[in-house]
Amino acid sequence: MKQLRIDVGRCDYGRHCEHECEHACAEKVFKLKDPAMAALHIRELPDGKGVAALCDQCGDCVVVCPADALRRNKPGVILLDKKLCVGCYMCVGFCEKDVFERNPEWLEPYKCISCGICVKVCPRAALEIVDVPEPAPRII
Amino acid sequence: MSQVVFDPAKVMDVDYTKRTEYHAELEAMRVSRRLLKEVAFTPSLPERGYNGRTLHVDVGTLAVTEKPVTPQMKDLFVGGRGFGLWHLWNAVTPRTRWNDPENEIVISPGPVCGITQYAGTGKSLVVTLSPETEIPIDSNVGGYFGPLLKFSGFDALELQGKSEKELILFIDGQKGILRLEEAPVGPVDSHVLAEVLTALYAENDADRVNVSVVSSGAAAGHSLIGMLNFSWFDTRRGCIRLKQAGRGGIGTVFRDKGIKALVCRGPRVRGDLNRPADLETLAKVGIKYHREIRENDPHQCMMRRNGTAHIVEIMDAYDLLPTHNFQYGSHPDTHRIASTYWQQRCTQVTADGCWYGCSMACAKGADGLVLKTGPYKGHTVTVDGPEYENAAGLGSNCGVFDPDWLLELNFYCDTYGICTITWGTLCAFVMECYQRGILNEERTGGLKMTWGNAEADLEMMHQLARGEGFGRIAGQGVHRMKKIFAERGWGDPRLLDDIGMENKGLEYSQYMSKESLAQQGGYALTNKGPQHDEAWLIFMDMVNKQIPTFEDKAEALYYFPLFRTWFGLAGFCKLPWNDVVPADNARQPEAHKVPEHVQNYVDLFTATTGWKITKEELLVQSARVYNFQRVFNIRMGKGLREHDRAPYRSMGPVTREEYESRAERYDRQIVEEMGLDPSGMSLEEKMAAHRRWREERYRKLTDAVYLRRGWTPNGVPTLERLKELGLDALPEVVDVVRQHL
Repeated sequence: MKQLRIDVGRCDYGRHCEHECEHACAEKVFKLKDPAMAALHIRELPDGKGVAALCDQCGDCVVVCPADALRRNKPGVILLDKKLCVGCYMCVGFCEKDVFERNPEWLEPYKCISCGICVKVCPRAALEIVDVPEPAPRII
Repeated sequence: MSQVVFDPAKVMDVDYTKRTEYHAELEAMRVSRRLLKEVAFTPSLPERGYNGRTLHVDVGTLAVTEKPVTPQMKDLFVGGRGFGLWHLWNAVTPRTRWNDPENEIVISPGPVCGITQYAGTGKSLVVTLSPETEIPIDSNVGGYFGPLLKFSGFDALELQGKSEKELILFIDGQKGILRLEEAPVGPVDSHVLAEVLTALYAENDADRVNVSVVSSGAAAGHSLIGMLNFSWFDTRRGCIRLKQAGRGGIGTVFRDKGIKALVCRGPRVRGDLNRPADLETLAKVGIKYHREIRENDPHQCMMRRNGTAHIVEIMDAYDLLPTHNFQYGSHPDTHRIASTYWQQRCTQVTADGCWYGCSMACAKGADGLVLKTGPYKGHTVTVDGPEYENAAGLGSNCGVFDPDWLLELNFYCDTYGICTITWGTLCAFVMECYQRGILNEERTGGLKMTWGNAEADLEMMHQLARGEGFGRIAGQGVHRMKKIFAERGWGDPRLLDDIGMENKGLEYSQYMSKESLAQQGGYALTNKGPQHDEAWLIFMDMVNKQIPTFEDKAEALYYFPLFRTWFGLAGFCKLPWNDVVPADNARQPEAHKVPEHVQNYVDLFTATTGWKITKEELLVQSARVYNFQRVFNIRMGKGLREHDRAPYRSMGPVTREEYESRAERYDRQIVEEMGLDPSGMSLEEKMAAHRRWREERYRKLTDAVYLRRGWTPNGVPTLERLKELGLDALPEVVDVVRQHL
């Protein structure tokens, strides 16, 4: 399955970049102006380290969705079928990485679709899309 | 007790998509239906939780009318159970009996029902005059019917009259068409009927999630203990699932009215169909709660793995698990029906939950059960549960500790349309009567009703479904069985009264209240009879020890029946309130009330309706309906102190064996509580001393609770209390009370 990965040795959590990954994700993928609404989050911490929150397509959201609105596509990426979504936000609440996103203006939530736009714009080449085996559905 | 650890590797490998299919029954139903009447209506979506109209259908005359929801109805009764009671009050007279045409079945979802962002928000309340208690019964139920009814345009559905034909009422909220159809042939039992009707009334496979069926079953028509099943379509399993409005015989009224099924086809569900005042707050509160479930449920109740059956072993460990008709509180074989088994037996890697957004998801499904008895012998079925009540009632209380037999009992209760809790308690009564020689093989027509004999238990149920034999007597319930046995000279009537676990005509649910004064009151000082909907206090009294003093218990019997009533007004399930709690809950003042969750409910109600309330006003909303229901009971000839009397089995040891099973505890109480010396007392003297002490304690509790509730010593709400609640705006309510002051 296609999975977004970060090389924490390369990413410096925005110290010497403009969070191009978040800007591109928010603006180009979801047509949102606020980079905080991107489907990935890169944050600098006061101790000089940082934290990255990325969707790894783990599939927990697929298991909890009561409307069967989340499915993997052929490359293994989890996509939301908006026609089936009932707006319960269980996918948001059960995402352990806190990267199932919600825009107060929209009824349906949204998530990373492993499109790779963030990869293309990262000035430090810290992000990549890799092909990894699909995990078995987890009981949660 | 140590926390049960869930091991995914031990979950049984069952194909949850495979079960017996009913193609012939579908075809029979398809060709035999006949249209009797079709009426057009204008579908609507609620505005801030209300549509402002109810639907009234007379199934006898086929008259269909719409009625407005008045501002006074909303102010005084809120919705759900409140609307149900108000419609019923207006439909009946003090002389109306359950099987009179004017009796109604009212289904009302409540204003918050149908939001999808929080757990347990799909509940509708069903109200009728009960065949068992002859006073109003209300039962809350999941499944999709209530929300889909509301999203079709109605805040309540009133069913009145009696049909001579087998009737199906179809409400098509997508097209604005209501159809009354005759369905003379085809299945009655719910697992077949709901499956068939879902397929028939959905326009295509994808539409099946928009269809919900209300049905009962064959045993409901021959008994007083019938219940209703509310369905939803489980897309992953590819079958219908069922939730039950169980208590008090509503299914019996349904079948007596000639109704085979109600079918509602609503619009495709979205997150904003309730058109709430503040969707953003619903989203924020809901996501916070989903996270709480994710983080806390795995090391608290494990509701997502076990459902409510997680407390089987806890009840056993605290000597509170009803065993052999509430004689004892534990059993060496309990481990066979404990949560460690059910979490392996139930399908786990799928979404459960009887309405969208329920992250608690306690509606566990056990798939791949091959039936061993009855008309569906050899069929492979999916069973809901078992919930705790079913494991305890059909299980330990009857001495059944084989989980497959327990599942089969659970299945047949559901599909035959009878209440599992009621069946468990009445079968336990029959088995104790058999143990004590009050019944024997001759009197039961050959049924060997020994403890744990699940095959005899099932045969008694099959007899009831066929309308035959001793099963038909059992289906009358404990209250009437006591009378029948006494009239036939079977057993000592005083003993039958002591061991027959009913109050107001309703069977007790499955908690041992002998050592919990709070739960004794929680059962018998109730409006509708002994159930755990109004005052489930046993856990906080006996396990968490949060209400230790007499005053605490009396206060709990004021607060919790009101607080818990509110769930049924607004359209909530109670379980998400305290079956998971915030990590810091124990450090909060009044932790037993789960204050953060109370605030959640206040916020959800306000965000849906735009009606700003506080936690204190929440209680006032409940108090209006609770006191109205008490007055309704009085109007129908019950609802006074004499009707709140509890059977002694619920209070103390009736028999020598019961006393001896807890002799050390009981002897100690003689010293510490009664100031007597047990050493010189005979067993009979000790039992008599306990009875005096326990009955006196219950009397004092009754006095204290009535006073706190604003009732006279005879249990009648005072005029001052009615005025305080604004119920004096209803002169007919005041008139009932005046006659008893």
